Amino acid sequence: MNKSSSLLRCRKLIQVAVFGLFRLSAAINGIALLVVVYFLVARGWRAINWTFLTQPPKEAMTEGGILPCIVGTFCLSLGAILVALPIGVASAIYLNEYARPGRLLRAIRIGINNLAGVPSVVFGLFGLAFFVVWLKMGVSVLAGSLTLGVLTLPVIIGSSEEALRSVPDTYREASLGLGATKWQTIYRVVLPAALPGILTGAILGISRAAGETAPIMFTAAVFYTPSLPTSVFDEIMALPYHIYVLATAGTEIEATRHLQYGTALVLIVLVFGLNLIAIIYRARLQRRM
Amino acid sequence: MRKNSQTGEGRQRKERIIRFFFFSVALTSITILTLIVVFLFWEGLPIFCKVSVYDFLFGRYWYPTDDPPDFGIFPLIVASLTVTAMSAVISIPLGVMTALYLTESASARLREWVKPIVELLAALPSVVIGFFGMVIVAPFLQEIFNIPTGLNLFNASLMLAFMSVPTICSISEDAIYSVPLELKEASLALGATQWETIARVILPASLSGISTAIILGMSRAIGETMVVLMIAGGAAQLPSSIFDPVRPMPASIAAEMAEAPFRSDHYYALFATGVVLFAFTLLFNLVSEHISNKYRQVGAATL
Repeated sequence: MNKSSSLLRCRKLIQVAVFGLFRLSAAINGIALLVVVYFLVARGWRAINWTFLTQPPKEAMTEGGILPCIVGTFCLSLGAILVALPIGVASAIYLNEYARPGRLLRAIRIGINNLAGVPSVVFGLFGLAFFVVWLKMGVSVLAGSLTLGVLTLPVIIGSSEEALRSVPDTYREASLGLGATKWQTIYRVVLPAALPGILTGAILGISRAAGETAPIMFTAAVFYTPSLPTSVFDEIMALPYHIYVLATAGTEIEATRHLQYGTALVLIVLVFGLNLIAIIYRARLQRRM
Repeated sequence: MRKNSQTGEGRQRKERIIRFFFFSVALTSITILTLIVVFLFWEGLPIFCKVSVYDFLFGRYWYPTDDPPDFGIFPLIVASLTVTAMSAVISIPLGVMTALYLTESASARLREWVKPIVELLAALPSVVIGFFGMVIVAPFLQEIFNIPTGLNLFNASLMLAFMSVPTICSISEDAIYSVPLELKEASLALGATQWETIARVILPASLSGISTAIILGMSRAIGETMVVLMIAGGAAQLPSSIFDPVRPMPASIAAEMAEAPFRSDHYYALFATGVVLFAFTLLFNLVSEHISNKYRQVGAATL
């Protein structure tokens, strides 16, 4: 009796220890996030003022602001979502509403999964070879947006499919039962019901596109242009690339540290802002359903 | 009556056209994937007129701008694999244990906090992590380990680990969730503790999903560019210690493409490196696909 009770105590002790480990690893994630955000905020907030946000860089990028980068990142992510959203939602509609299980469907799914796994720098190479060189777009907002659009496509397809799947079948049956065609059902019933979920995915897609560096290095971004873009064929500056350039290739790497922290802070405020909107929006949706 | 049947036919034709439209759009992903392969090979293959495939893959020296140049990417491949393996050592336990915390041990309220944290970690732009590793972690490592540079294999692996933890965590979490509740209840009813249930029932039952998660996490790590570009140190050499600077494949491509003259041997060699990198990630993805299809958990019966 005594022996078995000590064995039980031992098993319970292991249980407590292991669950402590689980808690610790979860905490490590939180701590890592906090540390990154803390350093960026603590060292970056002083760089941020009205001039920083509304002026172009000056004195060989050692002073002035980051306006062209903010505008550039805005254009690129907007362009990316304009490319990815229609194609992504239409793909998801086919996959979830029309496709029958079979070899073709499996091939399409394997295509999407593998596209999601392509390294970002390979997207950059592809964008360079296909959009910039072969389609003769040159290093431009257009080429960069298309490259980023292709990169965000799997994200959009995934989230749109999930949104479509969460629409109850009773909605579809009711509409079809009233004599509507399949397309009328999709357009009037399923899509409106799935719209919030699709939009959440779109926001996450924008945030992904805004933070990517490698795909735009060869397709859209340049070290420095004095003017804001006036057409889709212009080269552009972008926040992520600006951080990379200032931190590694500038002439005054140490002297521009505050600008680097400031730019990084602007970028994560943008990306986290978009993500928080998506997270809160989705939590509300889940509560409603 | 006649009119009605006509519109019925018209409606059907319209439906068929719409269906075909969505089908063709759905093919975009495969088309793009094919285009990626075609254009990588198109721009990469010419290098093999100058260097044999064997010398390219296993050549020990990468001096693309010397005269005569050396195009051996073996040190780059080794660097990529080492960085990925070392980051996996950190990210696998961290990712899986966080997933177990979220599914098995956290209260509903804590879950609502931890889950967004993991999602925000996933959303951190890679250039920001690279910048952080460069200006904060590198000097710190340099000081405590007393090494010549903090930009090295170890630092890059550490930062990569934090990029793959969210991938591993969220996919493992789904896998653990999909374990049927009756298995867990049966084990608990037999007197097993929660941990014994996890170790003997839940983990074996979700093993295929967790393997998929791990492979996808490693695939993300091997293809990640900005982190290794900014932190790995950039020396194209075979590492002899974990504090050596290295130059993984993505870093080499990203750093040199801007300087390589258009359609020079160097340019072709970088595209060929891209082909090798793409082949690695494709392999990872196909393996994970295979595992998740073959060992799919269908109810409790297949355990």
